[in-house]
Amino acid sequence: MSGLLFQAFVYLVAAVVAVPVAKRLGLGSVLGYLIAGIVIGPALGLVGSETHEIQHFAEFGVVMMLFIVGLELEPQALWRMRSRLVGFGGLQVLLTTAVITAGGLLLQLRWPTALAVGLILALSSTAIVLQTLNEKGLASTEGGRTGFAILLFQDIAVIPMLALIPLLALPELAASHLADAGSEGSHAAMSLVDGLPPSQYALVVLGAIAFVVLAGHFLSRPLFRFISAARLREIFTATALLLIIGIALLMTLVDLSPALGTFLAGVVLANSEFRHELESDIEPFKGLLLGLFFITVGAGIDFGFLFGNAATVVGLTLAVMAAKALVLFALARLFGLQAPDGWMVTLGLAQAGEFGFVLLSFSLQNGVLPDELVKTLSLVVAMSMLLTPVSFIVLEKLIRPRLRGAAAADADDIDEQGTVVIAGIGRFGQIVNRLLVADGVRTVVLDHEAEIIDTVRQAGIKTYFGDASRPDLLHAAGIESASVFVVAIDDQKRAVEMVEHVHRHYPGVKILARAFDINHLYLLKNAGCDVAVREVFDGSLRIGAEALRALGVHPFRVEKMVDAFRRHDLEGLRHLYELWDRDRAISENRAFLARAKEHGETLRERMISDRMQQHDRTERGWTPPPKGYVDALSE
Amino acid sequence: MRILVLFAHPAIERSEVNRPLAEATARIEGVSLVDLYAEYPDLRIDIDREQERLQSHDVIVFMHPLYWYSTPAILKEWQDLVLEYGFAYGEGGTALAGKIFFNAITAGGAEAAYCAQGYNQFTLRQLLYPIEQTARLCGMTYLAPFALYSSRTAYEEGRIEAHIADWQRVLSALRHERLDIETARGLEKLNGDLDAILKDSDR
Ligand SMILES: Cc1cc2nc3c(=O)[nH]c(=O)nc-3n(C[C@H](O)[C@H](O)[C@H](O)COP(=O)(O)O)c2cc1C
Repeated sequence: MSGLLFQAFVYLVAAVVAVPVAKRLGLGSVLGYLIAGIVIGPALGLVGSETHEIQHFAEFGVVMMLFIVGLELEPQALWRMRSRLVGFGGLQVLLTTAVITAGGLLLQLRWPTALAVGLILALSSTAIVLQTLNEKGLASTEGGRTGFAILLFQDIAVIPMLALIPLLALPELAASHLADAGSEGSHAAMSLVDGLPPSQYALVVLGAIAFVVLAGHFLSRPLFRFISAARLREIFTATALLLIIGIALLMTLVDLSPALGTFLAGVVLANSEFRHELESDIEPFKGLLLGLFFITVGAGIDFGFLFGNAATVVGLTLAVMAAKALVLFALARLFGLQAPDGWMVTLGLAQAGEFGFVLLSFSLQNGVLPDELVKTLSLVVAMSMLLTPVSFIVLEKLIRPRLRGAAAADADDIDEQGTVVIAGIGRFGQIVNRLLVADGVRTVVLDHEAEIIDTVRQAGIKTYFGDASRPDLLHAAGIESASVFVVAIDDQKRAVEMVEHVHRHYPGVKILARAFDINHLYLLKNAGCDVAVREVFDGSLRIGAEALRALGVHPFRVEKMVDAFRRHDLEGLRHLYELWDRDRAISENRAFLARAKEHGETLRERMISDRMQQHDRTERGWTPPPKGYVDALSE
Repeated sequence: MRILVLFAHPAIERSEVNRPLAEATARIEGVSLVDLYAEYPDLRIDIDREQERLQSHDVIVFMHPLYWYSTPAILKEWQDLVLEYGFAYGEGGTALAGKIFFNAITAGGAEAAYCAQGYNQFTLRQLLYPIEQTARLCGMTYLAPFALYSSRTAYEEGRIEAHIADWQRVLSALRHERLDIETARGLEKLNGDLDAILKDSDR
């Protein structure tokens, strides 16, 4: 127990110290984690061989990341990127494999070995690249999207690779490794598909995928609704975790990549109202696990072996990265990417990835690669990952500034822009939303009543489940890229809290809120709300106006009175604010009440003009000139 | 002939002349009175409804106080919106062709001031040229304005009843086609000498 606590303590201290420092220095969090790993591992020796097991566990962060990536990617968006996915991604894997295999042959490797190395090193690091792109806000640029498409293709390509690599086994290695293969199963120890003929295997795989898609589509909603009705936050989180782990398990059972399965589930749920809630629940787990993963990569570097073979490892690392960059660069040209995007893909994806580790140990177990080579290549993969944050820095500091002049005109097209986040989709929020949507404004609507969401969804309003007073959910809904935040909930206290939070953390967002009464209006204003409107004010004024009309008052006069009333009221609001006291109820605030009464009386004065004289100075509009004015004019 | 009176007064509760005039108009059979400010208090005019109204009448009257030598704002808005190309003018815009048009106006200034020597420099008819030309472009026959001057003292001086009586005579003559249109076109004001333009029995 104490051992476990100690380990956790060491990892956390390393992360807590290294990551903020690295970010402050502009190195990005990934490099921070890697350095933290190097410090606690090889440098100080605080952690040892257990990092390997932890790494396996931490790889689950990648699975979660792909789930979140899927959540943010609607099926339509996936379809739109098909040419990049298959074309760019496919060519990248093929060409890189070819180039590296050729390099291997040049270095006197036998062809099956060279091919295996080529396949393994063709993959890039989804974890590092996506994390870095998100952190730097590059994910929705053209280059970011292309990078993502390539990574996604690579993740899919892992599946056939797992099938292909055992066929490349070298007879003499296979014999020696077969002995211990039994105890340490290559991939999943449990498998539903071991020994199935290919046709049946394909059937099982398709069945599993179909299950994920159909269950995600039809079962998830009732399930989440049922869970959310319990109103227990942690149970919802538990459900989200259960979902991901369940899918991962299912995928391993049929020898598919868990990351791929959860990605698929994410895409299926991208249109669901629970999307933002799921995202904000999984996000912290993903972040921590990925961080842990990066730390273990740093900690796992065998410095002894590295220093013994420094020249080889460094040389190979640079050669591999150069080869990969070359292929990426050529493809970026071929696919007509703008220079900044092309460079981003070229430098960003030049490393080998975490799947490389998986495939390396897999190859070792299957007698495809010799022990020594696996050790060297593991270092090459780790080194290349270590160098990635550096190449991003090169990209940002050296290449982008130079290109800026040329490409300033066509700025990156960011996906979500100028959106309005609406909290609460009851009667109030619905009207706000309808008006905005009618004008083509993109809105993100949040509500925490599953029943309301159900109703408005049927009316075609896209709404997400979640308590909008929770900062992480607002974040998931994209509050930082929103221009306007509308608080339309009926819970007064939470409305004020929401305004406070958004005002403090996102000063660029304009906040409009629904106020219950004057007191609430002042509270909202105090909290930093830009515009607060009393919810029943307009409706009541309208009824008052209709009553006057019904009494036979001329409609245009009614209109003028309503206008005068509105202005008079606004003045009153400003006037009375001086006497308002947030700690004292208005009904007990004598001075406030007295002034309110006084102000109310001025309204009567203003609106009732002297009908006998029919010339009243207080009523300004269209006042006819006084009776004798003609004489004065003609003099 | 069917008569449409488009009435515009933004402060009817303080009107001394136009209000009784409008009320009298409403009581005349065969005359449709539309209080524009009542119908469109927010100035959002229903173009289709107004065009239908125009089509079902033969005589169109703008009835209003003179505001800054022109009409109150809503009548300008009405012109800008309702007199569309293809309806009132231009290709296929013949909906108003052949109809009769004129203003029924009350002016604060004295009649004597509305001439080259007066402080108003122009006659009322001259000041209304933009409207006259608008009517012409729409193919309508423009008549001299039916006008009351020195309107701010008309009540005190007891001129309102007579003015209303004249108005009733004009409307009834128009309705029964007993108004001498040719003569009425060339006058400075319609109600200068009513006997001269009213035929037979209305005399
Ligand atoms: C805004 C405004 C503008 C006016 N402009 C003029 C004008 O240009 N010439 C004029 O003779 N009288 C002008 N008057 C006086 C009005 O014509 C006069 O008040 C009206 O005819 C009285 O009719 P009523 O009692 O029906 O309101 C103006 C009055 C107002 C309120």
